[in-house]
Amino acid sequence: MRRAALPDDALDEVDRAVLNRLQDGLPITHRPFADAATALGLSETDLIDRIAHLREIGAITRFGPFYDAEAMGGAFCLCAMAVPAERFDDVVTLVNAHAEVAHNYERTHRLNMWFVLATDRPEGIERVAQEIEAETGLPVLLFPKLKEFFIGFRVTA
Amino acid sequence: MTIDATDRRLINATQSGLPLTPEPFAEIASWLGLTEDEVIDRLSAMQARGVIRRIALAPNHYALGVTANGMSVWDVADDQAETLGAKVGALDYVSHCYLRPRALPDWPYNLFAMIHGRDRAEVEAKRKEIAALLGDACRAREILYSTRILKKTGLRLKEGS
Repeated sequence: MRRAALPDDALDEVDRAVLNRLQDGLPITHRPFADAATALGLSETDLIDRIAHLREIGAITRFGPFYDAEAMGGAFCLCAMAVPAERFDDVVTLVNAHAEVAHNYERTHRLNMWFVLATDRPEGIERVAQEIEAETGLPVLLFPKLKEFFIGFRVTA
Repeated sequence: MTIDATDRRLINATQSGLPLTPEPFAEIASWLGLTEDEVIDRLSAMQARGVIRRIALAPNHYALGVTANGMSVWDVADDQAETLGAKVGALDYVSHCYLRPRALPDWPYNLFAMIHGRDRAEVEAKRKEIAALLGDACRAREILYSTRILKKTGLRLKEGS
């Protein structure tokens, strides 16, 4: 994935309108691009070409369904550890060796390592957390989600 | 929110995106030996059940210059946490918003909100907006910036169910 910012002139007004509008969703219809294109004053072909172009230049990462990972089965849990600085690299190796560790970030806090565990079944979370505690000798704090809120996040291009 | 084996095949076929053709659902149907109507009905049903949140484009916020983010955390009075969490989640600069258990005494925070901005100053300004929105219901707050990505893997579904 492209991590560098695009030059200011990489997107024209139509690209920006497509990018802003299509974060809200496409209808699930026979000709969804034609239906969405009407609202943008574009032809179906223009809209498809614009989306393909936005993907080629890396302005978007994908176009498609956003799945709720939990709804598809499986369990997820945010976890945190306070890792002493002199042991940090060793603990990273031990934690990341678990395939169930999906992402792991170093963060500015006494709890300086934050990772997400993803397992097939809910019991797996506790098991992997205990394995990590045994291997590292450090407590793993579990922060399962109690409630997820509807997200209004939109990037204005 | 149960999904069957056919739903799972549909999910696997569309996880990396929809085909960019005028009739994408007919195209997917042809890959899987289904009819277009069946694909549309199943995707619509999954959207109605919340398995699919929406079919949309995912902006690359780094490419668009929104490169700074911080995990803001808040200790919000329990009796107001759901109402206030909903307001914070609806903000257009918050990408994830959850209530989670506190881990006392180390961790008094129950509301987590990921804030995005063009730079750290913008993230801090947004954080002040959230603090104002939470008002007296919030007793303590912090923000954690990421200093390093230690691991990042996509979530992969297992085949079959």
